[in-house]
Amino acid sequence: MKPPAFAYERPQSLHEALEILAREGAEARPLAGGQSLIPMLALRLARPTLLVDLGEIAGLDELSLDDGTLVAGAMVRQRRLERDPLVAHHLPLLAAATRLVGHPAIRNRGTLGGSLAHADPSAEYPAVALALEAELVIRGPGGERSVPAREFFLGPFTTALADGELLTAVRFPLPSAATGWGIAEVARRHGDFALAGAVTLVERAADGTCARAAIALFGVATRPVRATAAEQALVGQPLTAETFHEAAVRATEAIDEPLSDVHGSAVYRKQIVPVVVRRALEAAAQRVQAT
Amino acid sequence: MERVPITVTVNGRRISAVVEPRMTLADFLREELGLTGTKLGCEHGVCGSCTVLWDGAAVRSCLVLAAQADGATITTIEGLATDGTLHPVQEAFWEAHALQCGFCTPGMVLTAVALLAENPNPSEEEIREALSGNLCRCTGYQNIVRAVQLAARHERADT
Ligand SMILES: Cc1cc2nc3c(=O)[nH]c(=O)nc-3n(C[C@H](O)[C@H](O)[C@H](O)COP(=O)(O)OP(=O)(O)OC[C@H]3O[C@@H](n4cnc5c(N)ncnc54)[C@H](O)[C@@H]3O)c2cc1C
Repeated sequence: MKPPAFAYERPQSLHEALEILAREGAEARPLAGGQSLIPMLALRLARPTLLVDLGEIAGLDELSLDDGTLVAGAMVRQRRLERDPLVAHHLPLLAAATRLVGHPAIRNRGTLGGSLAHADPSAEYPAVALALEAELVIRGPGGERSVPAREFFLGPFTTALADGELLTAVRFPLPSAATGWGIAEVARRHGDFALAGAVTLVERAADGTCARAAIALFGVATRPVRATAAEQALVGQPLTAETFHEAAVRATEAIDEPLSDVHGSAVYRKQIVPVVVRRALEAAAQRVQAT
Repeated sequence: MERVPITVTVNGRRISAVVEPRMTLADFLREELGLTGTKLGCEHGVCGSCTVLWDGAAVRSCLVLAAQADGATITTIEGLATDGTLHPVQEAFWEAHALQCGFCTPGMVLTAVALLAENPNPSEEEIREALSGNLCRCTGYQNIVRAVQLAARHERADT
């Protein structure tokens, strides 16, 4: 259980990091918090020849508000998202999701960008990004581009990032004041990867019905998915237990390739999807009413 | 592979060394510094027995490279007692019978120290949540939770 041999560089600027990656090609890997990459090295699931440590690059760990958007640098540690007052005030969903990511010792090192780039189908952040329709800011040899979350996650551990590119920041649009949020998951222990989970946003119209809904599922398919049929079933309906029940049942329609492994069969995961969706919708409705 | 020079402060002692990039912090502590109180269980971040404090926060030393620890301040289980007097958390583990084989103990103790540093009065649920990433195969956890509660009471009484 020791990592294979590799070289190590710790560039001080983004420019330098991109140059090293361009020079080394596909055999080089960015190293963020290392909380997924180092286990993969120990298990020899990855054998890069060079690790490019992003830990000292200035500017990658900033958190700011920009015109209704929370901008979080890729190297912002998960632990900070859990506690930062800016996040707590403007995007409490992100703080709540963080508390479900692993354990404190993992979150002390793990980063937002590392989780998104790793793209574990059971991870919380990708679903949060998908529900909020976040934009992922990517820098490569050719300059900067921005990819919407729905085009970023392509499959298990597979994203739109090309070799030589780095995720630098995430732009989370802040939900409207009339929007409530929820996140619910079922895991064996607190901190374990979810067997099924849902992130929800519910916007209330002036007449008290649902104006807009977003439901993103994680832990159930090869990548995070939006439950569009369930979302549509909510729009125009009163925010009641019956509406949520009906929508929750329809959420399973979004799962075309269900996950199935030793932790939970496809049948089981599909059965608990309506449960987590209903819980997350009820939480969202409670929060919207509280405003 | 080109070796990497690092300077780390471990248990109050400043140490300069040159390490192979693939050497984890856990192996550095155990093999280069002889600090074998840090245990290696799973070596892929699941069991928590290699937990150490990094600038006061709990981290898994098997999931950090020694090269990344350049400039960091590390506390291992060997660094908790002062002049032969056990740290209140160690004392409480002893008093509450919170260990049997002792393999998970250094990780449990350091995780508890980090928890109490930021939350001196945790609820039982908060203690269980904080410890949920540390595996123990002997105790059934009950006495570990009690020990953390006891340590919290003692530390509060002392301040
Ligand atoms: C015991 C344990 C439990 C966990 N439980 C959970 C959980 O419940 N939920 C969850 O979501 N996660 C969980 N994790 C994973 C954790 O959240 C990781 O921190 C995260 O997946 C990876 O982030 P990192 O910063 O550690 O990235 P790293 O491990 O350093 O990198 C991960 C991958 O992303 C690439 N990468 C990193 N940063 C960038 C970047 N800026 N641009 C391009 N590529 C990049 C790396 O090359 C690598 O391939 C757990 C981990 C452990 C060890």
